[in-house]
Parts: sequence; structure tokens; C-alpha cells
Amino acid sequence: MQHPNKLRPFFENLNFERDDNTMVINFGPQHPSAHGQLRLILELQGEQVVKALPDIGYLHRGIEKMAENMIYNEFLPTTDRLDYIASTSNNYAFALSVERLLDIEVPRRAQVIRTMLLELNRIISHLFFLATHALDVGAMSIFLYAFREREFAMDLMEDYCGARLTHSAVRIGGVPLDLPDGWLTSLTDFIDRLPEQIKLYEDLLTENRIWKMRLEDVGIVTPEQALSWGCSGIMLRGSGIKYDIRKEEPYELYSELDFDIPISDRCDSYGRYRLYMEEMKESIKILRQLIGMYHQTDSQLMAHAPKYISAPKEEIMTQNYALMQHFVLVTQGMRPPKGTVYAPTESPKGELGFFIRSEGEPYAYRLKCRAPSFFHTGILQDILPGTYLADVVTIIGSTNIVFGEVDR
Amino acid sequence: MRKYTPKDNVQKRAKYTDRFWVAPQVPRLEPEDEHFKAVVDAVSKSVNLLDSYVEIGQLVLHIEPEANIDALKTLRDDCGYTICSELSAIDYLAQDGEFEIFYQMLNINERKRVRVLTRIKENQAIESIVPLFDMAKFAEREMYDMFGIYVNNHPYLKRIIMPDDWEGYPLRKTYPLEGDEFASWYEVDKIFGKEYRDVIGPEIRDQARVDRYDTQRFARVGKEVPFGADPDSVDTTQTPIEYSDQFLVNYNKGPHKTLDKRK
Repeated sequence: MQHPNKLRPFFENLNFERDDNTMVINFGPQHPSAHGQLRLILELQGEQVVKALPDIGYLHRGIEKMAENMIYNEFLPTTDRLDYIASTSNNYAFALSVERLLDIEVPRRAQVIRTMLLELNRIISHLFFLATHALDVGAMSIFLYAFREREFAMDLMEDYCGARLTHSAVRIGGVPLDLPDGWLTSLTDFIDRLPEQIKLYEDLLTENRIWKMRLEDVGIVTPEQALSWGCSGIMLRGSGIKYDIRKEEPYELYSELDFDIPISDRCDSYGRYRLYMEEMKESIKILRQLIGMYHQTDSQLMAHAPKYISAPKEEIMTQNYALMQHFVLVTQGMRPPKGTVYAPTESPKGELGFFIRSEGEPYAYRLKCRAPSFFHTGILQDILPGTYLADVVTIIGSTNIVFGEVDR
Repeated sequence: MRKYTPKDNVQKRAKYTDRFWVAPQVPRLEPEDEHFKAVVDAVSKSVNLLDSYVEIGQLVLHIEPEANIDALKTLRDDCGYTICSELSAIDYLAQDGEFEIFYQMLNINERKRVRVLTRIKENQAIESIVPLFDMAKFAEREMYDMFGIYVNNHPYLKRIIMPDDWEGYPLRKTYPLEGDEFASWYEVDKIFGKEYRDVIGPEIRDQARVDRYDTQRFARVGKEVPFGADPDSVDTTQTPIEYSDQFLVNYNKGPHKTLDKRK
């Protein structure tokens, strides 16, 4: 029986004291392995979970509401705050939606740079996953090793755009900057060094008895569950369904690149861990190809669409009409045509897409961010019952959810 | 005269619009693709199909709200749309008194996407698609939370992102961006009670405000200049008011400290 007062409000209609011998425990929202702000209400029978209820919303910032009150270019830096582990993926997903709505073509050099940044972000995100997941399960040294490599990758991002976490490195219609001098050399150094590091992680973990005991057959997601819950990314491929948006619905340069989509039919955390490692190797492969492609492009970085995109700086400074256009686009914002667009992209977490309804105004009439982690949090209520309390941490880590995009 | 601001849509609007400017429409094409034609046929056989066209590579189907289960079931079982990737609503209350609900479907074998659109009145409920897709357990809760759209036969229709005792639906166009009165006093009311509103005072949202007694952000204390004045022109080496006297005990004043002035 609860006794609510002003400081202890009535708590979620939950009876913490029961007549039967199950116990209700509150997991999070400040638990270190809750990956941010996840609160799980777990009903336990002994050590086994009988019922799980994910409670989210502790990081809600109303980003979809903010999108309705900002011009399109203004909103782009806000998307950094969705999946803050791999910000460029969010920037890109938003930019791609608007570009499809405007029907503009992005110059090739910008495409190469964007694809590079996307894959670099995938590596950053996967290293982060590996570090935190291993830390949750109890492997401390992997955390330090993986974060070291992630620092080098973030240094590359910093060299390109000046930011380490909130990149805003993509613009609607292209990228703002060309690669700085020597960046490709640093990138080559990084991707030359990374495979041996990945081998180090795999040597430490893949055949490790403790690691296998903690991960194998834990967090089983059946293919039916994965489809029904709208899982995407590695949660879907870890259940044996081969669907990668980069391959199946290619955007940017992915149709020209040669890479494989690893899948696993183990359906458990171990299979998903293996996929993360394989995907990092594929990203390295993609980055190598992109370095070659970069040198074959000319220097244009932003699309030529005077109605929507400002002209290059030289033109703004020399031509009156370009300056006028720039002034209107900055003060009033671009006005895309009326219509609806949903552009799916493969972010490191899964299918990230922005649904935009435009009514021809400079402000989006409705913007819905389809965040993969939102559904991967939801599936916890179906996969946790029946598992042990100690495995809950493994399963949360294995879904790789980021609360910036769950709560939005 | 005061400028008219509509109350049913408080979203930000363009300040200037050319009187003669007509927004173009994204092209809506007839489905040319064999697969899309088959989908349109299959869905129009099972439900009343109001409209169908292809918009930016995705097939759009308009259906009646009562037919949502049937249409999605046809799409899932007969057309191979096994994933419902997103579901939410759009607020058209100001224009038509309606919500538009969209279901974003994906066929992973054909690599095609279909969007199912339906419109409901403000107080009309929609049938839950949880029997077809588990993702609706979360997505429909979010729709209810953000728009106040009731979903019939949902197993656990509660607020998901906002607190349980929240009032108002944040993504409706009538809800202001900075929140309504309830939102601004939510914590105060909940923790201390309504009677403490005057004691605690409203939340300060003016980012340019300088609080000279703020012990956290004191970088600009004593360096305020009048509006429009050049900061360099004002002598900022000295604090304009001797506020330290009000709070600090000056121990250097001397030993003859008389507590009672009558002595």
C-alpha cells in the first residue's frame, strides 16, 4: 500500500508490496548500465523476470515540436542531439529527407565526404557499443581499448568539422567544407591501425569463456518478433533477416561500393556482438574505396538549386542576385513544395528516417523522427520475461539503445 | 490594432509571404510499377480505397479509418508488407477538425514502401493494430500521448513520454512551443503545492538576464552596460553598487562593535 504525499507522489499505479512472492524492482533511470535514462520496472520471481515494463521519457526535449517551429536549416543542428553517439547519421538522415522533398542532386564530392563521415560515425558508434556493452558485462579492459580507438576516430571528426560529438557536418544540399589538408592521410592511418585493434578485441572476447557464457542464448529475438516490432539494423540482421538499407534501398554512393552485409541466425546477443565486429570491418572496406573515389571528383560541395540552397561564398560576395537569394534563404528559410517524404537511412542503430509533411511553408508542418532505438526499447517488454536479472543488463546493452533518440 | 494571432494553430509562421506565391506540389504519379499496381488491386478488393498515388517513390493509400485493420492485414498477409516501420498522426484540427494518421509499411522482399493514410475526427477513436504489429504497443501509446488520439483495444494505453499526470497533448498545434501554464508550474505544483507558486516564482527563461546575486554564473556581474551602450565605454573595474556590504560582515571595522545602539 502506498502512502502518497507531496514529496512522494503516487507511483505509477504499482503495488510494490504483493501478496504473492514476486518482487517488483525499479531499474534505473539512473542505473549506470541503463544506457542513459531507461527506467525498467521488473517483476521478479526469485531471480527470474516475470514481467518487464520499460518506462521512457526522461530525456524528452520535444524535438519534433521544435522542428515545427524552426526553418529547415535551423533544425539541422538539433538533430545532433538525437543519437548523440553518431550525430552525422542524424544530420544526414534529415538532410536526405529534405533533399528528396526538394528533388535536388548533391555534387559527387559532397557525396563522397558524406559517405566517409557516415562510415566513420558507424565505426565510432560500434566502438562505443562494444566498449559500453563489454563494460556492462564486466570486461573493463575492452572499454579502455575501444575508447582509445574511438578517440582517434573522433579526432578525425574534429579535424573535419571542429566538433567531437555534435558534428552538424552535413548541410541540406551537400557539405559545408572540403576535407582539410592531410585528412585523408590521417584517415588512412586510422583505418590501417583499426583492423589490428579489432583483432585485439576479438582475441579478447570472441572465444572468451566468460563472454560466451554471458552472451550466448541471452536476449533471443525471434525473426517473427523482430519483424513485428519493426526492428532494424543489427537487431534485424542478428535474427537472420538480411535487410540493410544501404544495400537494398541505396542512397549516396552505396550502390557503387563493394561491401557485404553480415547476418547471423543465432538470434542472441553473441550473434549481434559478432555482427558489430564484422560491420566495423566492412566500414573499413568502404572507407578504403572512398579514399580512391575522392580524388576523382571536382571541387563542388553544395548543390546548385538557387531556390533552396544559397550560392557559394564567392558568388554571394560578387553577384547581387546570389546575395539577395542568400538573404532571403537565411532570414525566411527555404520553402519546399507541398508534399510528404519519408527517407529511410541505415544509421548505426538501425533504420533512421525523417517523415516530413510540408505545406509549402518555411516550417515543416509535421516532422516525425523514426528512431530505431524507440522500437528496440519497446521489444524489451517482450524479450525480458523469462530471463535472469543478471542478463537484463546484457540484453539492454545488446539492443544498443541511445536515449537521445528514444525520447527525442 | 493588435495583430491577429490564431489560437487554434500557434505554430510559428512565415513572416513574409508573397501574395501571389502558390506553393508547388510534389508530383503525385499513377502507380506504374507492377508491384504497386498489384498492391492497389489487392487493397481495393478488401477495403474502400479513397485515393492512391505514388509520391517520391512510395505508394500512398488513403483509406477509411474503420478499415485500417483490414487494409494493413491485406498488406501484411497478401502483399508481403511484414514490417510497419512507423505510425503517427498529423494535426489538421485547425483546418478540417481532423487528425491524419499514417502507417509507414515496408516490404523487405520487394524493397518497397507503402504509406497508408486515414483521417479521423477530433473525438473519434481508431482501432489498435497491436494484433498485427507489436510495434504499435509503443507507437500507438506515443500517438495517444502526443495527440490525445484514443486507440481502441490497445493493451496498455498510457502516456509513454510525458508523465502520467500531464495535462494537454504536446504535439497538437494548439499547444505552444514553450508549454502552457500547467507545464510551467508542473514541478512546483507537484512538489510543493499550488500555494507555493508565489513563493517560488515563475521559471526564468530570459537567457540574456543577468542576476547579480547568482553564485553560479557570475561572469557578467558588475559588467552590465545600458542597452545599446558600448561595453568598452563603461568603467567596469568597479561594481556600481556596493552590494558586498549588504551580505558580508566587515571584520576590519574595529573592535568597538556595538550591537545595541542605545548603549
